Amino acid sequence: MSKAMNGATSLVKSLESAGVDVMFGIPGGAILPAYDPIFDSSIRHILVRHEQGAGHAATGYAQVTGRVGVCIATSGPGATNLVTPLADAAMDSVPMVAITGQVPSAAIGTDAFQEADIRGITMPFTKHNYLITNPDDIPRAIAEAFHIASSGRPGPVLVDIAKDALQKETTFEWPTSINLPGYHPQLTPDSGAIADAAALITQSSKPVFYVGGGVIKANANRELLQLAELLGAPVVTTLMARGAFPDSHTLHLGMPGMHGTVAAVTALQKADLLITLGARFDDRVTGKLSTFATNAKVIHADIDPAEIGKNRYADVSIVGDVKETITALIPALKKALEKNRPDLTPWLRQMYSLRSSYPLGYDAPADGSVSPQYVIERLGKIAGPDAIYVAGVGQHQMWAAQFVSYEKPRTWLNSGGLGTMGYSVPAAMGAKVGAPDTTVWAIDGDGCFQMTNQELVTCALNNIPIKVAIINNESLGMVRQWQTLFYEGRYSNTNLESKRVPNFPMLAEAMGCVGLSCERPEDVDKTIEKAMSINDQPVVVDFRVFRDAMVWPMVAAGTSNDDIMVARELAPDWDSQEL
Amino acid sequence: MSKHTLSVLVENSPGVLARVSGLFSRRGYNIDSLAVGPTENPLISRMTIVINVEGHPLEQVIRQLDKLVNVIHITEVIDNKSVQAELLMVKISATPKNRFDVEAVVETYEAKIVDEDATSITIEATGDTAKIADLLSALERFGIRELVQSGLIALERGSVTLSERTLSTSGIPIADGVQADYQN
Repeated sequence: MSKAMNGATSLVKSLESAGVDVMFGIPGGAILPAYDPIFDSSIRHILVRHEQGAGHAATGYAQVTGRVGVCIATSGPGATNLVTPLADAAMDSVPMVAITGQVPSAAIGTDAFQEADIRGITMPFTKHNYLITNPDDIPRAIAEAFHIASSGRPGPVLVDIAKDALQKETTFEWPTSINLPGYHPQLTPDSGAIADAAALITQSSKPVFYVGGGVIKANANRELLQLAELLGAPVVTTLMARGAFPDSHTLHLGMPGMHGTVAAVTALQKADLLITLGARFDDRVTGKLSTFATNAKVIHADIDPAEIGKNRYADVSIVGDVKETITALIPALKKALEKNRPDLTPWLRQMYSLRSSYPLGYDAPADGSVSPQYVIERLGKIAGPDAIYVAGVGQHQMWAAQFVSYEKPRTWLNSGGLGTMGYSVPAAMGAKVGAPDTTVWAIDGDGCFQMTNQELVTCALNNIPIKVAIINNESLGMVRQWQTLFYEGRYSNTNLESKRVPNFPMLAEAMGCVGLSCERPEDVDKTIEKAMSINDQPVVVDFRVFRDAMVWPMVAAGTSNDDIMVARELAPDWDSQEL
Repeated sequence: MSKHTLSVLVENSPGVLARVSGLFSRRGYNIDSLAVGPTENPLISRMTIVINVEGHPLEQVIRQLDKLVNVIHITEVIDNKSVQAELLMVKISATPKNRFDVEAVVETYEAKIVDEDATSITIEATGDTAKIADLLSALERFGIRELVQSGLIALERGSVTLSERTLSTSGIPIADGVQADYQN
């Protein structure tokens, strides 16, 4: 039954029909008509302090729940403030729908007050987007937006709606089917490709599972575990895939890439077969592409056909949902292995030897100050594998990927592709809204924190008690590390002086949070425990840490993975390894 | 450097040209020409895109293009299996003395004179890229004062139509070097 109402009510009914339970946003002129029915809706609207916060919160919510995250903003600056979160969600394949108000249709193109062509602006990094000027189109556009955002390779979709379309009378009817003639993601893998993959695997004596974030998106972690144990081959999990395979598992060699473990990086380099599942041969993983895994054949399974062959030729390409792919591959491989099971023992022995020779580690600072890695390691131990960890971008992000043990999917959130400083606090807020009974730790840098900390006000007022660990090295630490290594220690504009200003605990208190501080190694555990004991308020801990700590291992940008350094001017002792 | 011609069926919706051209520009693909117009189906427009795929495999270009939700179907048009044409209008200097020579060239290339005055002749011609290029070089000696050219359009030979095949194809066949159809 269709009912008469205005476009704004139709929009809210559409969002309700799409199953939205929460959205993050800020009202403004062009979107104002929508905020009237939002007032009466069952959808929880969380009033953020900056639209960027709304966008990253939607991302955090989506990453934790697997559902579509929703944010809403007004035209012009409201919409352009969503640009970074949309680009971020596109890079990390996060399902997200952004609703924006637009100036009235008659004013579009006139440089009207708060007009911005947000559809044009966001074309490069939305999966799809809409400009709606007819209120009758609202339900269909919303239904399509949620379908597109959540199916195939997930991604952000923006729906821009002219103010007059929100005000005009229309009838609401939720579409029963969606007709998108140009959009048919292929979910079921080709059986021939599965057979080829199984055959290729049985010919390999040095295979590696190269696991990407797609495995988490597809909820395929159990299947992956089965497959990995069936073959008994080593596994590496990329920055986006931390938690897709238990860190505690014997077969796990850790994270590959620029700051990956020696074992994981070397496993990819020396493999004769990469079994690539939901990963995309990002430059941060491959290093200099022409020198990456030169002796390996490649099986590449991905939901997005455009990823296959983009950076690296695939000997076997499998387009499909990675869960369906692994599910199909398991019986095919079982059968193939019965006929021919290669002996992977020498390969595993080499990799395990590398893992034990070059574990992740760090030195305690000689001056007795707190080591940032130690803080993060203790945080991971005390909060445990059930907690959710949300990093910003930089050194603390890499340490959080390295020194927290991830056992479960959707417990590690970060901005992997776009590298968005400021992601952590708002994404943690969204994560906590999606998983209210789970401890959520934002592990943030002092630089990142100063970009988006205003959302702690939102957290304090809306009963979203996240915990924030500021790894305060009073610097843009990763940039400083590069200046140390590549610019002769000329620290141009990386000194934030954040041990002087601001006073983070006071800032936290001012925003309605509990503010704590810690600057001695012996206080780290009890400070974390104190933070863990507060569950009715957000907590911010200022961990004042050693400034000159660096992230190791490291493959310098643009160089070969073969040139991995385990510490400054220290390469692994390859001669002692049989490779 | 290799040239390819793609026939692309797209939804006839606002912004679709911006989506396609934006994709080519942001991924660094080179467009030689692009022609877009209506089709037998009012909901569908057809683009003919001639691209240079130096450094970017054709397959990658097609797959990226296919990710656009408004793109319904992409086919590579093979030269000897299709009819192709572009439209040229060229204004040349003409005097009573050389008018006869101009007319001879026009006749050779099955072009036509669409406008003339005391000092100029405007010629219209259609044909494939090679024919148009030949005509232009034949006209060069008269002095080309202005020219305008459309993008290439192409249609496959035979009774099969792209829109029929769109409905009958599913999945993403991998290019076998002969003819690649993509629908996803």
